[in-house]
Parts: sequence; C-alpha cells; structure tokens
Amino acid sequence: MQSKLGLDFKKVERAKGLAKEIADEVQSFVESYTTVAVERTLCRLMGIDGVDANGVPLPNVVVDELKSKGVLGEGALFHIANAMIATGLSPQQIAEKVAEGNMDITKASIADKAQLEKVLQPVIDASVNKIRARRERREHYLKTIGEGPKPYIYVIVATGNIYEDAVQAEAAARQGADIIAVIRTTGQSLLDYVPYGATTEGFGGTYATQENFKIMRSAMDKVGEELGRYIRVCNYCSGLCMPEIAIMGAFEGLDVMLNDALYGILFRDINMQRTLIDQYFSRIINGFAGVIINTGEDNYLTTADAVEAAHTVLASDLINEQLALLAGLPEEQMGLGHAFEMDPMLENGFLMELAQAQMAREIFPNAPLKYMPPTKFMTGNIFRGHLQDALFNIVGIWTQQGIQLLGMPTEAIHTPFMSDRFLSIENAKYIFGNMKSIGEEMEFKEGGIVRNRAKEVLDKAIELLEQLTSEGLFNALEKGIFADIKRSRVGGKGLDGVVEKGANYMNPFINLLKGRK
Amino acid sequence: MSGGLYSMQAKDFDQTLDLTKVKPYGDTMNDGKVQLSFTLPVPEGPEAVEAAKLLLKKMGFENPLVAFSKELTPGFTFFNCYGSLVHTVDYSNIYVPKVESTTMDMHECDEYIKENIGRKLVVVGASTGTDAHTVGIDAIMNMKGYAGHYGLERYDMFDAYNLGSQVPNEELLAKAMELKADAILVSQTVTQKDVHIQNLTNLIELMEAEGLRDKMIVVCGGPRISHELAKELGFDAGFGANTYADDVASYIAQEYVKRNKQ
Repeated sequence: MQSKLGLDFKKVERAKGLAKEIADEVQSFVESYTTVAVERTLCRLMGIDGVDANGVPLPNVVVDELKSKGVLGEGALFHIANAMIATGLSPQQIAEKVAEGNMDITKASIADKAQLEKVLQPVIDASVNKIRARRERREHYLKTIGEGPKPYIYVIVATGNIYEDAVQAEAAARQGADIIAVIRTTGQSLLDYVPYGATTEGFGGTYATQENFKIMRSAMDKVGEELGRYIRVCNYCSGLCMPEIAIMGAFEGLDVMLNDALYGILFRDINMQRTLIDQYFSRIINGFAGVIINTGEDNYLTTADAVEAAHTVLASDLINEQLALLAGLPEEQMGLGHAFEMDPMLENGFLMELAQAQMAREIFPNAPLKYMPPTKFMTGNIFRGHLQDALFNIVGIWTQQGIQLLGMPTEAIHTPFMSDRFLSIENAKYIFGNMKSIGEEMEFKEGGIVRNRAKEVLDKAIELLEQLTSEGLFNALEKGIFADIKRSRVGGKGLDGVVEKGANYMNPFINLLKGRK
Repeated sequence: MSGGLYSMQAKDFDQTLDLTKVKPYGDTMNDGKVQLSFTLPVPEGPEAVEAAKLLLKKMGFENPLVAFSKELTPGFTFFNCYGSLVHTVDYSNIYVPKVESTTMDMHECDEYIKENIGRKLVVVGASTGTDAHTVGIDAIMNMKGYAGHYGLERYDMFDAYNLGSQVPNEELLAKAMELKADAILVSQTVTQKDVHIQNLTNLIELMEAEGLRDKMIVVCGGPRISHELAKELGFDAGFGANTYADDVASYIAQEYVKRNKQ
C-alpha cells in the first residue's frame, strides 16, 4: 500500500513484532488459568440459564458451589459431565437440583474421558449450531437488505429502560444510525453476575441482560427490514462478566461488543490477571460469532494528554490487535479505538488529529477502526460542541474510519435526547456526503505537519513497545504507562475468581470456536 | 420565514436597564428574546406548530415564532423557537451562597500553608459510589490538573491521595482515617435520578455515625454541584463547573487555618 503519510512500513512491521512478543507473554500466563466468569460461560454453553428462588443466576449457583468446594480448577464441564452420566439429567436439570440443594455434583463418580466427551457432544453441538445460525442470519441480512456505508454511524441510547431504549433506537435508525449501542447502567461492570430478564431501571443506562439483548435485536430487525438497511446492535462485553456477556450476545445475534481488558483494568480497576483471562475466551466467542469488538484506547486521552500521550493509544492498539489475533479474531472484526481529544484551542490541533487518524487507518488497513468524538473538551456550550463534532466527522470521512461514534452537542450535560441524536446524525450525514471523496483527492505535503506528526507518534510508540517487551505488560500497567493510571497485579476487583486449571480441566470450545466460522 | 425577523415595527417598550426587572436580551434592551428547542410527541404539521406556539405562550412568551420544525421519527416533532419573554427577575435582590475564600495560585497557596500551618495538608479524594468517572477528581488532584491549573499532587504542601472511581464511601472513610486526612474530596459526575444526592448524603451520615464529621474538611465537586447544594447536604463546601484545583486548594488551606485559630 502507498502511504499518504510517507510511513515507513518496516517500522510498522517492527512495531507489530514487538506487540506480538508482549501479547505472547500475556498469553502464556492466560492459558494456565480459568475464572469464575469463564466457567459460568461454559455453564451457559451447556444450556444452563434462569435464576434460583433468590434471583441468583443458575450459572453462578453451579460455579459458586464448585468454588466453595475448592474444585473449580477441574472446570464446570468436568463436573457437569460426570453428573450427567451419573443421573441421566440435562445440565439445566442438574443446575436446578444444585440450586434446590438436592444434588452435590462434586460427589458424582468420575467417568473416563471418552465417556465425558460423548455425553457432552450433543450439548456442545447444539450451542455451536445456535451461534452459527445467528451469524448466518446476520450474513443473510447483509446480503439481502444490505447495510449503510462506512464509517458506520454509531449512536447510543441510554434511557435506563430497555423498552424506551427501543423507541429511541428505532428513531435513531430511521434518522440514519447504523449501530445502536445500549449503554449499561453505571456499576454493572463490577457485578460478578449477569442480571436476568428485561430491565427498566439503571443509572445512565440499563443492565446488559440476555432478555434485553433479545428485545433490542428484535426491534432493530423490524426497523432494519422496514428501512432496507441492517441495523447493528452493540453492548458491553467488559467488566467482570466478559465471556458471559459475549456468549449471551452470540446467542442473541448482537453485532458489536466493547471488549477490552485494558480498559477494565485502567478505568474500572478490575484485576489485570482476571480480566486478561476472561478476555481471551470472550474474544474467541466474539470471533466465532462474527462480532466486531471495540477497544477502549480512546478513553486513555480523557485522563492523559492527547498530544503527549498519542503514542500510548497506538501502542495499546497494536497490543490489542495481537491479543485479538491470538484469540482467533479476524482483523475485519477489530474495532480498535482511538479518539479526537485535543484541546480545541490548540493551534493546528486538527492537523495532528488528521495525522493520527490517517496513521491508524494505514497501520490497521483491514480493521473497522472505532473513532471516538471529543468528550473531555465538551463544555456545555452546545454550539461549539456541535462544531467540534463536525471537525471530528471531517476527520472520520477523510481517513475512512470504520465506526464513527457520534458526538452529541449535549455531551457533559445529559444522556442524549432524541433531538440531540437527530442533530448529530444530520451533522455526520451532511459531512460524510459533502466531503465523501476528500481522502482520495488530498495528499499530505512532504515534511509538513501531518506527515511529521504521524512519524513522531509511530516512533514514540515503537520506543514504548521496546520498553514494554523488556518489562512485560503487567509491569507496565503497574507503572502507569497507559492513561497515567497505575494498577497493581494483585489489586483491583475479581482476583479471587481466578483459579489454576487442574489435571481434568476441559474446555473443548476453545478448539471448536477459535479462528473458525 | 414569516415576519419578525426583519420587522420594522417600532420598539415601543422601555429600553432602559432596570436591575429590579431584568429580562433576556437579544439585540435591544428589554426585548426579552429567547431561543429554545424541544420535541413534542406529536406528528409534524400545522397542528404541531400551533401546539408549540401555545406552549410558548404558556411559558410566558409573546410573539412566539417556530423557526424550524422537523419530524424526528413518526410521532415526534422537533422545534426551534423564538419568543419575547414577559417575565422579569429582581437582580438587585439575589443572594447566592459562595465559598468564602480567596483563590491563590499554587505557589501562593504553598507559601500560605508553610507560613500558617507549617506542615503538609493530607487530602484524600475519590469519585464515589457507582460513579465510574474520574475526570472530575483527576482534574483537581492529578499532577497535570486541568486547563492549565495544576492538580494537588503537584503542590509542595499537599499530600494528595486520589483513590480513583467507584470507591465505596466506607472505603474512602477508612482510607481518610488511616492517613489522618485533613480533608476529603468527593467527585460526582453521574447525576441521573439524583444518585449523587443519595451518595453524598450517605457519606455525611457515615461520618456523623463515626464521630468524624468535625474532624475533617469535607468537600464535594462536579458539574452539577453547587456550593448551596453542598451546604444543604452537610458538606463544608461545593465546587461546580469552572472551578479548578487552585480554588479547592485555597479553600482547604484557609478553612483549616480558620478552624484551628478558634
């Protein structure tokens, strides 16, 4: 590819090689462990769903039981399969009996490996087929009714009530949105379970639940058919229930998932060991389900400085790319994040933004990059804010970003009104149409601001990656290299949910789903 | 667009400024001009425009003008409107409680503490409860600060501990006790359904129960926080939009000196 920035692709290759070393080291740690969230995900893949008399999700009941008896390291599947052989019951029936206190699955006699595999096979096939059918359904829609052009227009709904969210989402789709993200209630990322059923409450959003996914999917299928344009649904596969939410999304046909361990570590203080293990399985699922993941690097610049720390965003994108590849997630599903976040009063700030966005485009040519609007410098002056969002939209179309998260003029005031969303979509569509081919028409001057900025950011990212390869990702996070935030390897939330895999541990889904369709 | 925009009609109202009867200003004193936008849950059409105008009249606007209307989705119409407000307020008789301290810059503040207190002040801060936003507490505490105002970490005379976001009130208090903090800073960004009120009230209740309330200066801040609200909830001070680390630092230093003189 010819670089419009005069980027040295040998350097890009070097950067990717360094990022791979860093990711490989993380992976060698990840593979020896499992977590309560991974095991609950396996319960869900066994068809276990619903809640007990106290409202506790059955996957939690089963996994907590195994954990309290100190046998979680052998894995949920091992115990469930033994119980299936011993009782002839289905996994769901077994979970219900455990919830009622009528069965101790750790006491079932141990069958040999071939028997275990045999009893699990039909349940495994059913789950894999269910996910595959969802994926094929999306592909069929894309072939028949089609989709909007890139950048996809991404807006949020955040009423706190899933039924009201559906009304807002339908309006947004009619106005031109391609992706609807249902914001989660603040605090869900720290729950070590996924709430059950439809929800009509929350702060600044509502819960991610399988039923809510189903409600939004069905509303968007309806409006998509009416409009003749497939509408993607996005949610948050992050926090303490990463892989569990991934599997719920895969079962219900979600299209886009925020899915970034680094974000959880930095901004939600989730333990790094826990979330990197969770992330691996969640990305395997997202990869198989055809889900586009979004990473959260854009947020680094809300705490660190966007001019000085731009290279940390690139470095993290490079690491996230390698971690995703290790989980078999194709480049076409990597919505790596970056952001428009410089002080608007900075002279030539627009040119630096343009340079960084074009650089990200050229370094990750196949990725549907997720480009995030200004938030830190939105002041409540809705008029200037609308203009900042317009400049952001110009960069988006110019550099052919994959997913344009639309800014709202009322950012920093309230969650979007229906009219805010309308104004923002109008803004984006105006600019995307009016400036459609600007990227093909314009070149950047040799030795100019744009080319120099891109070179500088890439050079600094390589320097940082070199430092990270010698230190390792865990140490880097402890030192506060990303977003100016320091996190301890044994601090944060969720570490007690990590266990080392035992001799009988089994998770056949890794081989069945990783890198496959 | 209908009349009004380029109206030549005489401006037959009193054009002198009277601070006991203040009203909005467009381009002529006392013209009362206001722009507003809203959405009505009705389909687009003459009835929708009329409904918008009737609402404007009920709000106290004369000459209501609907400059733009557009159906956002079937059954919801958006309006941009103008009107002349009939209401006035008495500006000369307004009292707003404010934080009573002089804002010093970082060096002045450090000097002030050295001279008047002679040791570092310990400050513990967090974004508490379910609030995941660190932007507020970071702006006040982090080394870098915000908009050119350095944060408390950069001050020589503050020991600043930023605990980050989603910190339970209990944990914040425990840390403050452990560090023998002189002041606690609480940031609240999420205010949907008044979750910040419950959260802030809960902190004060906890402190009172532990007998700590009088032992520390307790300050809250955030885009929707006012000093008045903070006082109402039992805090010593509240810092809203457009206040920075130097405002907070100056207040804490001066308040500490004031308390320890008595």
